[in-house]
Amino acid sequence: MADNFKRKDIKSSGLMNKIMEDYFRELKENEESKTKKVAWCTSVGPAELLRGMGFLVFFPENHGAMLGAKRLSTNLIDSATALGYKPTDCSYMTSDVGAFVNKTTPLTEAYGFKAVPKPDVLVYNTGQCRDVQDWFEWYGKQFAVPVLGMHIPRDLTDDDNPYLHKEACRQLRVIAEQLEKIAGRKLDMSAFQQVVANSKRTSELWSKCLGINSNTPAPWTFFDSCIHMGPAVVMRGMAAANDYYVELLKELEGLVANKTAAVEGEKHRLFWTGIPVWGKIGALSKIFGNLKTNVVASTYCSSWMFNDLDGEQPFESLGKVYSELYIGGSAERKGRVLQRFFDQFGVTGIIYHDAWTCPYSSENRYGLPIRLNQQNKIPYIVIDGDLNDLRCYSEEQTRTKIEALVEDMEGI
Amino acid sequence: MGKVYLGVDVGSTYCKSAVLSEDKQLLGYHIVRTGTDFEQAAQAATRSALNMSECSMDDVIRCTSTGYGRDNVSFSNNTVSEISCHSKAVFEKYHSAVTIVDIGGQDNKVIVLDSNGKRVNFVMNRKCAAGTGAFVEDMAQRLGIRVDEMDKYARTADQIIELGSFCTVFAGTELLGYIRNGASLNNLVKGVFYSILKRVTAMAQLQGTVVLTGGVVANNPYLVEMLREMGSCEVLLPSYPQLFGAIGAALYAQSLK
Repeated sequence: MADNFKRKDIKSSGLMNKIMEDYFRELKENEESKTKKVAWCTSVGPAELLRGMGFLVFFPENHGAMLGAKRLSTNLIDSATALGYKPTDCSYMTSDVGAFVNKTTPLTEAYGFKAVPKPDVLVYNTGQCRDVQDWFEWYGKQFAVPVLGMHIPRDLTDDDNPYLHKEACRQLRVIAEQLEKIAGRKLDMSAFQQVVANSKRTSELWSKCLGINSNTPAPWTFFDSCIHMGPAVVMRGMAAANDYYVELLKELEGLVANKTAAVEGEKHRLFWTGIPVWGKIGALSKIFGNLKTNVVASTYCSSWMFNDLDGEQPFESLGKVYSELYIGGSAERKGRVLQRFFDQFGVTGIIYHDAWTCPYSSENRYGLPIRLNQQNKIPYIVIDGDLNDLRCYSEEQTRTKIEALVEDMEGI
Repeated sequence: MGKVYLGVDVGSTYCKSAVLSEDKQLLGYHIVRTGTDFEQAAQAATRSALNMSECSMDDVIRCTSTGYGRDNVSFSNNTVSEISCHSKAVFEKYHSAVTIVDIGGQDNKVIVLDSNGKRVNFVMNRKCAAGTGAFVEDMAQRLGIRVDEMDKYARTADQIIELGSFCTVFAGTELLGYIRNGASLNNLVKGVFYSILKRVTAMAQLQGTVVLTGGVVANNPYLVEMLREMGSCEVLLPSYPQLFGAIGAALYAQSLK
């Protein structure tokens, strides 16, 4: 196999790095000035409510992903298992807890932090997984601060929606009341509405950036979007995130107009289901690129598309989007969403990532790939790996599977 | 000797070389331990395979390499995955819809081919060597016998001592427990074989005609008989089951330009 693939630069990266730096700098400076209260929040919210109430928001999952991407996790996970966590528990959580007990953070090297910013409150949403609850409660004890949660069930069918929207909305109002006490002020509805409106705009722009890969050739890759999703996750509701995605979208549209391919001579278009193997983003990008294959879309990067948000109805619309998470769907509901993605992006092959410590995002379970393949006949492989724990990942076995999939698509 | 095609399968445990004539006849082959130097193993296996074929490298039209060390064969013209190589070689032999079960040194593969030889699906074991050749070698060592002796012990067993553990290390501990309790060596070896087959049959539904390949069945053909007894499928064991990766690679050397 020729080894000559080079990832193409995305020019907007400079702006993304700047706004991410600004976001972290504000958190860092606040550590000394203590001007604002800090909330830790799960990646699927309710960040908008926290921002609407004037909190600075920090995301432990983003921190976990940084540990994974920097390949720092494996040793840190051992520190967490020594505390009683299982190696099968979420490796975002175990590497993050391990980093905390070892007093280390990649934020030091990247942004000059002495330690992760101290929270005044932690707020989670179980709609994505159960681990976040234990994770946040552990930190609540470490920092002796309140822990609040949205308790949204998972494995949902569409029939569950109407009831859950109302219930999620109710829970958000309860959390808002508790946050008012912690913040020491009343919720400013107009500020909240503005944040939700901004968040909707972020979501719509991000959706367009991802959707652009339905063009052939695709102008960027799943691996690029894993990097560029940063602001959609941690800066939702902030105007700077929207300015950035306007810029990125313009660049991507230009690439499409010029028929610029992220993978020169794109021959195959794949879909990635599940979470990335963060420590192998670069290596996997190269393997696919060398095979003239572009992973054009994913469930993961699409998880921050909350287009049903409505600034006029902030509680109701947040209740809707945070109780309709893709990851919280039943296997059948996920299957229907996946098929829509396969059709939208014209994919010719599918990668299912079986993440050892993240069953919720591992779509290969419960026989879903076989059932989908019986309908669509699109070839697929299952890659065994993990988001952060690289001990679960075999470089050689993965490469063999990917090459065999491509050989399949080429009729070899 | 005329022109020939060469296939080299650098596996995790053994390196296999196969030489095919232009009419796809197996002229020569050789198997060596892969060791730590893939290139050297590939050269050693190829040298002997060519000697057996009464050929030299000058007679080789093209060479394709496969297996984990496929990129380390300097004299190879191209690489193809072992999934495709096994598919190619098995279909060349049987020309029908089959399910291939390849039990290799550290990988097990189940590959389903349709009646045109097109791959319908394939699965590999997780990142775990239980049920692979590495497992067999470990169990033989714990039982104090050679791998190539296991077959004869299993054949004379009067029962299967079933191992309950997924993990190679814990299966070894379990074996020691049975030994302490006076279990017969024959029944334990048959239990080890049964454990391998349980792993393989848990990977995918085995239906229709099943073809077994790989080094483990080459050394222990009794596994084939046991699989026949376990299921409703027809089970075939071709000659040279360990060579199917290398033969498939040689077939690709001929068909891919």
